Amino acid sequence: MKITKEEVLHVAHLARLEIEERSIDLLSVQIGKILEYVDMLGQVNTDGIKPTTHAIFLTNAFREDSEAVNMDREKTLANAPDKQEGNFVVPKVID
Amino acid sequence: MKLYELTIHEAHALLKKKEISARELTRSVLDRIAAVEPKIGAYLTVAADAALEQARTADQMISSGLVQPLCGIPLAIKDLICTEGLPTTCASRILENFVPTYDATVMQKLKQTGAITIGKANMDEFAMGSSTENSAFKPTRNPWELNRIPGGSSGGSAAAVAADLCLGALGSDTGGSIRQPASHCGVVGIKPTYGRVSRYGLVAFASSLDQIGPLAKDVTDCAILLNAICGYDAKDSTSVPEPVPDFTAALTEGLKGLTVGIAAEYSSSEGLHPEVSAAFQHAVRLIEGLGAKTVSVSLPHTRYAVAAYYVIAPCEASSNLARYDGVKYGFRDKNSENLLDMYRRTRSAGFGPEVQRRIIIGTYALSAGYYDAYYKKASQVRTLIMNDFNRTFETCDVILSPVAPTPAFVIGEKTEDPLTMYLSDVFTLSANLAGIPGMSVPCGFSTEGLPIGLQLMGSHFREETLLKTAYNFEGATDFHRRRPEM
Repeated sequence: MKITKEEVLHVAHLARLEIEERSIDLLSVQIGKILEYVDMLGQVNTDGIKPTTHAIFLTNAFREDSEAVNMDREKTLANAPDKQEGNFVVPKVID
Repeated sequence: MKLYELTIHEAHALLKKKEISARELTRSVLDRIAAVEPKIGAYLTVAADAALEQARTADQMISSGLVQPLCGIPLAIKDLICTEGLPTTCASRILENFVPTYDATVMQKLKQTGAITIGKANMDEFAMGSSTENSAFKPTRNPWELNRIPGGSSGGSAAAVAADLCLGALGSDTGGSIRQPASHCGVVGIKPTYGRVSRYGLVAFASSLDQIGPLAKDVTDCAILLNAICGYDAKDSTSVPEPVPDFTAALTEGLKGLTVGIAAEYSSSEGLHPEVSAAFQHAVRLIEGLGAKTVSVSLPHTRYAVAAYYVIAPCEASSNLARYDGVKYGFRDKNSENLLDMYRRTRSAGFGPEVQRRIIIGTYALSAGYYDAYYKKASQVRTLIMNDFNRTFETCDVILSPVAPTPAFVIGEKTEDPLTMYLSDVFTLSANLAGIPGMSVPCGFSTEGLPIGLQLMGSHFREETLLKTAYNFEGATDFHRRRPEM
């Protein structure tokens, strides 16, 4: 077993996902098979090879630090699931 | 001739001569949608009223003499490109009610030309999939055979073009999501070089791989759409300040002097369907006949592309999709008493199974103790894949390969085993990892009548070479003229 049920549940918690009891077995098997497959990367000699995170020549994209209005408050709040007095409302954070 | 059957350049000529109006053209496409869309399911939203309103504006532009090539042309837009005032769901429950308050840069550009948004096209949820079966709302059917998948993730865009439910479309391609559905639906599609098209307003899946591109009825239309959407954008710091050529100027006759590379890693790959192989070999001979020289090339790290991609893409996705927390927009579980519960319930109810799988894989691969073995290793292999291409493009201008190992598969055939589905992306993923442009053009049909596509890959910013090659190939064949019987 490449990944245990407990590990899947732990990672799901880190990603803020709640896995239903009835899907945990299948999910662990599916993820295990994918992880076993990608293990073939271990066959490649990558000593001294720089990782690529960006495929074209751009490195840093600098710009002037200037002020601009991107979106006003009304538009920003237009899709809010819950709002009040121009703010987003969320459930209680601290008991 | 029915107006909805026109290509973009044909419709443009008629609009310019005022033989038809944008309103008539839009009505014709809307009538076609009313008749055929229930069988296909290409759209998540059909914006009939807004489209007719845009047609009115286009007709005004035309009568005042402003007739750009896309003015009055009805287009389908993949439902992960933000459209102001029109729902943009990413085919996900978590964005079911999301109506953007701004346009993506590509939409601003299209609107300036007078193009018409006829609707928002179905897709795999958050572009994760190769069949459009991962849409949270409905599958899309292949217009050539309704029990087959149209490919994915831009399956709605490809099916809409193939079934004449629009004149052209925008999709996005993270690992083949434009090229593979284009191949399966018998239309033309191109993934531009990474950075050619602004990603501002494109809902992010894997930011270092995602790129917007067109799907169209022929190569000329593809070049016209590309002209409209390319260019540097200050709102996307990964867009490239390279000059954008007139891509239609590349569409000239003759392939003398062109060298095409054939890589055994693609053309003799295990699992390649014999009819796909035959269509590919035929296409190569035809291109040779048009004056191109062929050389054998080798891309030895191709066999690791699927593994590298299915580490890198989920890692980036797990980070990008952290924003869906039920706070600022999208779905929220309303029965949670505290914030942590709200996050967990919102995300579990809002994301479908494939999206959750990839978030878990990405989170696992990035977590302490696993980062070096997975993400760093995959990023190093990505470098080797890029090096393969850089070396190969010293000896050839274009690499030819099949787009997908088989013609479109049957709906439901691969949904049980995610890994089998991933392996069907084997020929298209490398272009995204390397950031190079890739294109699909129709190159044949299986005995069952399913379209087969030819993939062309080129060096960074060499879209013109791909378009020119594809244009000449298309001119020597009639595959792109065939239409599915509906």
